[in-house]
Amino acid sequence: MTSSSTRREVQSVAGAGSSLPYAEAPAKGGAVVSHASTGLARQRHLLDIDSLSPEEITSLLDSAEGMLEVLGRDVKKTPALRGKTIVTVFYENSTRTRISFEEAGKILGADVINVSVSSSSVSKGESLYNTALTLQAMHVDALIIRHPHAGAPHFVARHVKAPVVNAGDGMHAHPTQALLDLFTLRQRLGGIAGKRVAIVGDVLYSRVARSGIIGLLRMGAQVVVCGPPTLMPYGWLPGSAPAGSWYEGLEIAESVEQALDGADAVMALRIQQERQDAGHLPDLREYSNRYGINRKRLSLAKEGALLMHPGPMNEGVEISSEVAHGAQSVIEEQVRNGVALRMAVLYALCSRGRDQAAAQERP
Amino acid sequence: MTELTANPDGRVVLDADDIRRALARISHEILERNGGDRGLVLVGIETRGVFIARRLAANIGQFEGFTPPVGALDPRLYRDDPDQASGQPVRPTSIPVSLEGRPVVLVDDVLYTGRTVRAALNALSDFGRASRIQLAALVDRGHRELPIRPDYIGKNIPTGQDERVHVKLAEVDDIDEVDLVRMSPVGTNPAVGAEA
Amino acid sequence: MQSNRTVIRNGRVIDPSQGIDRVADLLIADGKISEITGSPLERAPDGHDVIDASGLVVAPGFIDLHTHLRDPGYEWKETLETGTQAAARGGFTTLCAMPNTDPCQDSAAVIDDVTRRAARTGAVRVLTIGAITKGRQGKNLAPMGELAEAGVIGFSDDGDPVSDPNIMRQALSYASSLGLPIINHAEERSLVRGGVMSEGEVATRLGLPGVPASAEAVMIARDIELTALTGGRLHVPHVSTAASVALIRVAKSRGLKVTAEVTPHHLSLTDSWVYGLHGEVPETVPPEAYDTNAKVNPPLRTAADVAALIEALADGTIDVIATDHAPHAATDKVCTFNEAAHGINVLETAFGQVMRLTHAGFISLPELIRRLTEHPAAILGAETGSLAKGRAADIVLLDPDAEWTVRPESFASLSRNTPLAGVTLRGRVVATVFGGNTVWDVRTAAAQTEVATS
Repeated sequence: MTSSSTRREVQSVAGAGSSLPYAEAPAKGGAVVSHASTGLARQRHLLDIDSLSPEEITSLLDSAEGMLEVLGRDVKKTPALRGKTIVTVFYENSTRTRISFEEAGKILGADVINVSVSSSSVSKGESLYNTALTLQAMHVDALIIRHPHAGAPHFVARHVKAPVVNAGDGMHAHPTQALLDLFTLRQRLGGIAGKRVAIVGDVLYSRVARSGIIGLLRMGAQVVVCGPPTLMPYGWLPGSAPAGSWYEGLEIAESVEQALDGADAVMALRIQQERQDAGHLPDLREYSNRYGINRKRLSLAKEGALLMHPGPMNEGVEISSEVAHGAQSVIEEQVRNGVALRMAVLYALCSRGRDQAAAQERP
Repeated sequence: MTELTANPDGRVVLDADDIRRALARISHEILERNGGDRGLVLVGIETRGVFIARRLAANIGQFEGFTPPVGALDPRLYRDDPDQASGQPVRPTSIPVSLEGRPVVLVDDVLYTGRTVRAALNALSDFGRASRIQLAALVDRGHRELPIRPDYIGKNIPTGQDERVHVKLAEVDDIDEVDLVRMSPVGTNPAVGAEA
Repeated sequence: MQSNRTVIRNGRVIDPSQGIDRVADLLIADGKISEITGSPLERAPDGHDVIDASGLVVAPGFIDLHTHLRDPGYEWKETLETGTQAAARGGFTTLCAMPNTDPCQDSAAVIDDVTRRAARTGAVRVLTIGAITKGRQGKNLAPMGELAEAGVIGFSDDGDPVSDPNIMRQALSYASSLGLPIINHAEERSLVRGGVMSEGEVATRLGLPGVPASAEAVMIARDIELTALTGGRLHVPHVSTAASVALIRVAKSRGLKVTAEVTPHHLSLTDSWVYGLHGEVPETVPPEAYDTNAKVNPPLRTAADVAALIEALADGTIDVIATDHAPHAATDKVCTFNEAAHGINVLETAFGQVMRLTHAGFISLPELIRRLTEHPAAILGAETGSLAKGRAADIVLLDPDAEWTVRPESFASLSRNTPLAGVTLRGRVVATVFGGNTVWDVRTAAAQTEVATS
């Protein structure tokens, strides 16, 4: 993909030849930002899987293999990040992801401090800006942030020197979830390129879906999504994604049966009660009937296809208990792999910080 | 890493026969020093140390009739200079047996500052308390920064700080050879960072 | 000190209200226009101060129908003094202050206070817009008659829509007897829900909740029908979508008293500006993304919407350019995109922004000026926006080709919230004359800066 292919030129008014104001204004730095020049290497942050090249993703997955071995040892402790302080700042409740990061950091020998801020106090309490400056002043070595607002990790990254890891921001991104899903797929299927992965459910609100789609497409998978039309992003109609769009290559299925047909892996997304309350759905029972992954639907996928779920599950709604705990389920593996993958991310971001941080301190 | 073969400054210091003879001698020395202890374990340091350890194990099998188990160790997570190590994925460590009470020979391709060995010793201790740990290296190039001394050496090669020792093994490099390469100030090849 | 006679020499005088477009001298006496010569005079007449306008365009001072001056109540964002200074730099000599102040402009007392203080401290003229409903709560009509007597030029709850259709009907009906327009912020809140930017590909990619374009069109459609029902006057502020344009076009063809405005940003920026790269669509979302200075209500839309707005401005469907100048303090913008306040600081960049339409061939310079002068004056019903003899000498000197770079830190406005920081604009306000007095001249300002820094 060349950088110019994703450059959108604003159309001119019919009859007039010129482009609109500023449409041709160059990006800061004079060039379109391509993922070759971003990613962990340049940004020093993991804000979105979007910024990682296929090579960087592969390297992280390779490293996670090594980390997975450490996870299986009797002595689950290494001094790799000894003396480093990692702070998790969670503005949303999430026991699973927070513990996963915490365990990853601790196995690597870092000190992990957990800060949880309940959503209700966000608007009244200290601003995110001041929180960022405070943590900056404490010389933390990495910040792991989850926030209900998309772009909050980007905001923090602009104001602190420490690497920032996005642990989920609004409806935007959940890069470590996408990476651990890629890792699980690669381990179980032997590779990602060419595999067909179906993502079913609340795509509109799902950061897991967004990051998953980007990561899978980037690694050469065929990705098909399906869900109620009310829970699909604006303009995502059945068919293939428009050429030149950021989700080019994505297939949008007309029915869950079509989506699952021939899939190597099926990912069920969590459906939340709020969607019913907001008028997106008649009720969860109807959702389960029409979109829930059960044994019958799963049988449409390839024999032995993997069943995935980012958790926490609503058993009996988006996924039946029978398949959630069945032979095809890799849901618990996803959790275990999540720790290994997050170890790989933290190691990649923090182990190289020493010299760079010192260089930045110097005038 | 093979791009270094094109380096005109490269000088071959050990050829395939030299390597074969050196490893045969080390194998005998290991047997001699350990009195034929059947609990012996060889642990190679990723990546080339693992291949050397496997060759040593095969030699021992040939000479003695028993083949000691071989482990593979990536000591990266135990290094005190992680900046040196970043950029390449961490490899899984595989130690096939508990090291508790067994003699262990740690195997690396090049012994240099000693920092890799220190990290590997720390890592090994997480896999059980070995009865003793010895160190084997195909090449000792000097410049130690830590009080570490090898028990078995293929060849001592005096080097300058601006030189790199590049061990090539048939398993990954299609040839058995050890080169001494002088690094030019520009275009320093980061691929040789594997040694230490 | 200014003498009471001034001549503006050798400029290209463009006054759409009189159909004038010629190089001439413009004479001012006692703060009023006294003459536009047929051609430049041989020499400046005796006893006149001389303003050299060689190579410049001389036009009526601009009128902004839609300005948030934040005073009273939010004086850390803007004051009558700083807002009018920003206006002077932007070529505006008349502002219409929106009523979302604190207290809000829903009583004659507040209107009188704003009018009196603006006359004392303002660099240019400040007219007022009264609230439609008491406290802008959308429940009970404000005392419109009292407000009209106090001098308001229209009614608006801007920032909030009049959601109740019956209240909107009553407002249009009641105001019709006063001859004043209802300016309803067109936004169907039940469709907006938590939306913070335009619904579409960019919002989906950034994971930001989107506002559908129809949230605006739905309410404009309702308001048009209520205008037909009541015979009232409707002015649609900050039109932002192609669908809205189509509705307004039909309403005008039905002969309804409907007028509309569009902002410089909706004429020139798209939702891609939220990426924080001056409109560039990046291959990967950079840390600069989520530019809160590109958060505005109505939100920046797609390129197709921008094209429809330009077309509508050119063909007269949209009558005027208004700034929706919405200054905000740094704390309102240094936060997440969801938390950020809506609004762009526009007064000082407006002319440079809209000149791009002329440079790109979409609209001629005289027609562009007409939409900043004659048309808004007609909606105001005020004797301004013209260089006719006897009118107040509100004049702007423009260099349509001068390039300059937007530096928010040097704004006269108290606030800095523009996504255009660092952007080079072509088209500059050189000087602004208000009531015969020069209130801004970039040439002397530059000289003063040089003295100050040397």
